[in-house]
Amino acid sequence: MVTFTVNGAARSFDGDPEMPLLWYLRDELGLTGTKFGCGGGFCGSCTVHLDGKAARACQTPMSGVGGRTIVTIEGLSADQSHPVQRAWVAGNVAQCGYCQAGQIMQAAALLAEKPRPTDADIDAAMAGNICRCGTYQRIRASIKQAAASGGRS
Amino acid sequence: MTPTPSRTIVTTNVSRRHFLGGLLSTSAFVVAARFVPDVLFAQVATVKSAADSAALNPSVYLGIDPDGTVHIVTHRSEMGTGIRTSLPMVAADELDADWARVKIVQGIGDVRYGDQNTDGSKSIRDFFDAFRHAGAAARGMLIQAAAAQWQVPATECETGLHEVVHKPSGRRAAYGSLVPAAAKLPVPKPGTLRFKPRSAWRYIGKDRPIYDLGDIVSGKAIFGMDAKVDGMLYASIEHPPVLGATIKSVDDKAALKVRGVRQVVTLDPWKPPIGFQPLGGVAVIADNTWAAFQGRKQLKIDWDLGPHASYDSASYKKQLIAAVQQPGKVARSRGNVDAEFAKGGKVVEAVYYVPHHAHATMEPPVAVAEYRDGKVTAWAPVQNPQAAQDTVAAALGIDKTNVVCHVTLLGGGFGRKSKPDFVAEAALLSRRVGKPVKVVWSREDDLQFDYYHAVAAVSHKAVVNGRGRPTAWLARSAFPPIASTFTAGERYGMDIELGMGLTDLPFDVPAYRAENCPAEAHVRIGWFRSVANIYQVFAASSFVDELAHAAGRDPLDYQLDLIGPGGVLDLKADGVANYWNYGVPADKYPFDTRRLRRVLEIAGQRAGWAKRSRAKGRGMGIVAARSFTSYIASVVEVQVDAQGRVRIPRVIQVVDAGTVVNPDRVRSQFEGAAVMGIGLAMTGEISAEAGRVIQTNFHAFQVPRITDAPAQVDVHIVESDAPPGGVGEPGLPPIVPALTNAIFAATGKRIRELPISKTKLV
Repeated sequence: MVTFTVNGAARSFDGDPEMPLLWYLRDELGLTGTKFGCGGGFCGSCTVHLDGKAARACQTPMSGVGGRTIVTIEGLSADQSHPVQRAWVAGNVAQCGYCQAGQIMQAAALLAEKPRPTDADIDAAMAGNICRCGTYQRIRASIKQAAASGGRS
Repeated sequence: MTPTPSRTIVTTNVSRRHFLGGLLSTSAFVVAARFVPDVLFAQVATVKSAADSAALNPSVYLGIDPDGTVHIVTHRSEMGTGIRTSLPMVAADELDADWARVKIVQGIGDVRYGDQNTDGSKSIRDFFDAFRHAGAAARGMLIQAAAAQWQVPATECETGLHEVVHKPSGRRAAYGSLVPAAAKLPVPKPGTLRFKPRSAWRYIGKDRPIYDLGDIVSGKAIFGMDAKVDGMLYASIEHPPVLGATIKSVDDKAALKVRGVRQVVTLDPWKPPIGFQPLGGVAVIADNTWAAFQGRKQLKIDWDLGPHASYDSASYKKQLIAAVQQPGKVARSRGNVDAEFAKGGKVVEAVYYVPHHAHATMEPPVAVAEYRDGKVTAWAPVQNPQAAQDTVAAALGIDKTNVVCHVTLLGGGFGRKSKPDFVAEAALLSRRVGKPVKVVWSREDDLQFDYYHAVAAVSHKAVVNGRGRPTAWLARSAFPPIASTFTAGERYGMDIELGMGLTDLPFDVPAYRAENCPAEAHVRIGWFRSVANIYQVFAASSFVDELAHAAGRDPLDYQLDLIGPGGVLDLKADGVANYWNYGVPADKYPFDTRRLRRVLEIAGQRAGWAKRSRAKGRGMGIVAARSFTSYIASVVEVQVDAQGRVRIPRVIQVVDAGTVVNPDRVRSQFEGAAVMGIGLAMTGEISAEAGRVIQTNFHAFQVPRITDAPAQVDVHIVESDAPPGGVGEPGLPPIVPALTNAIFAATGKRIRELPISKTKLV
């Protein structure tokens, strides 16, 4: 049995310890904002915050979340008010939108660490997040906008 | 999600039927199954939409409640183009509705809506008029109701934002207040509708954020992957590793021991032609997705691999290249090519090769289905819910009317999700296990069992005059055709594929012959964003660049010279009997090469083509192409460093798509198409060895990341009042040769084979 918090709520789990956090969030908790894209840590669709850092939920076994603080897209803000969410809306970033929760969580973690990221910082932080629709130009611009508006929530 | 929607039978509204029948038949529906037979309206609505239920319901696409809420049905699927927002904008504009009071309803699969196959970049092209009609009919009825209430002539009334106004007296009535009276009026006939002048459009042509944006950024948007029904079980399917492989034996003992696994189900093999049938295989049914994946790993299956086990991409490439050395079926013939070649002269020739590509939608194929009492309800991210109904019905041996298909948001489509094999899998499994089932494809399943974009070889050969202009040109193209998916063994392309850059080569040359050479398919072949244009335009526009360089001429001037003064292409005169013209009539959508010239000229100006850097390692490529009735010119700028790494500081996309509904979504499509095209060109490749696709995930099938994307994509939309053209696909084809031509300018390396990553650039 492991205990941890998800979006501020205390949770416990005693199922298959190898089950990735992704499937616990999606199938057990019904938090479907965190997406399945590749299952191998290649695409970033499943990015969540683990103790404030971006992590791939598909590569995080439940055995590793004991005592940790997990935040998903549903918990990033109550009302889409996180500066990254606001910048994403202002930039009309999403096309299909499937990868965007992962992109937003990755970008929010970046800004928490580097409030004024350079292009190289953005490249380094975001290169693990694939957008098949190709919204990268708007992602980059919106990260800069969020940074300009004081990117940390 | 609601588990099982109520089924309501609505009596026929005769005036509505005639109204719709009329408007649909005046629209330009040419491709199969686009006509909506009148009789279908006699069995209206197995499941009512919110528009159907509204008090005022002049169209299947639109309804208004007495509180003024406007329900607009989007019967096309949202996969990222913004269509779920853009089509309703058209109806809302014609209605003069307040956008804040519009609720968008996603249409289920239903023949009442007409064609729902959301591909071919045709949603706006085919339904712009229909949605204007819907808005105009409602607006007309509201005006009539107000005029009757005020006892004034309707001609003295007009509409403001969500209200009817009587100009002479200044009286006003909100739409909602007029709904009860308007609902009693007959729906106006199409010929009697009054439309707003273009100058009065309030939404069409202006940027509008997508309807689902807030839900997307907060993780609330429901994609197929997120659909959930009470009591649902999860399935993962081990598909035959080679197309057509069959099961000799299955040992499921270890799989059944995995915690959470409930059942193992063997699916029947398909019968040729494969079409949209499920692939067969062995399904593991479990309490959650992870358990299903884990159980599947424990299956021991002995396969009979069948005839396609010899499919090997390296040797197949040689076959395709050999095929285009031989004469093929003539698809277009102008002048006497053989006689011109016989005269001798300078000959330029080259062969181009493009490998298979996979759609790789970020959301892999996924579907939820519930079979109960001989009926199926499905929730799925499908581009064509009517095809899902047909496919499920055929797989289960039930009538199509017993299949309800709800459409979720699609996590990408690109053509993959118009093939609903995965929905039929979920329905079959639900019937077998007696509970709702969610089928989840892994990324490995997605990449290894796609309906692949065809691998292709294309040869071009021209004899040129003293100015380097072709006096005769021979093009040959070989690719496993899409038709092989629907007619077993088919080796020749359809008019649709041939009419994507081969038969409609837009250049003004005295003699041109296009031939299609045969090629057998060994995997499922399907349509991928922009389809055959990818290989045809890559080959033809690379060849044009080669001709320009062979003549020592500027590539832009040379292309303009090849297009000539421009005019409407007359392909019939060249023996093209069935030019499909993207499914729309040539009188409304002629292939007008003057528009092609114009985008090329604008692109050249915007790029600073004449003043471009000629420094080593820097280059620019410029290519124009018409596809999906839109005219595009793409400029790609590259920097190639000493290690041969390619950086793309800027891309320019000049777009003449006629009338544009939501310019921001047009720009986003062309931004995205530039990224996708660059990725496809740089690293995109699917290949088979011993019948199996060897790329299993994104480490091997590399799609562009933020670090690969161009630093800047500028999209310029040409002002036009021509009928709307496609925008989802046309941004891709010219990008590929614009990039390879830019690399040639920068390095002197001519890329004739994709992906570019196979060529050492320095």
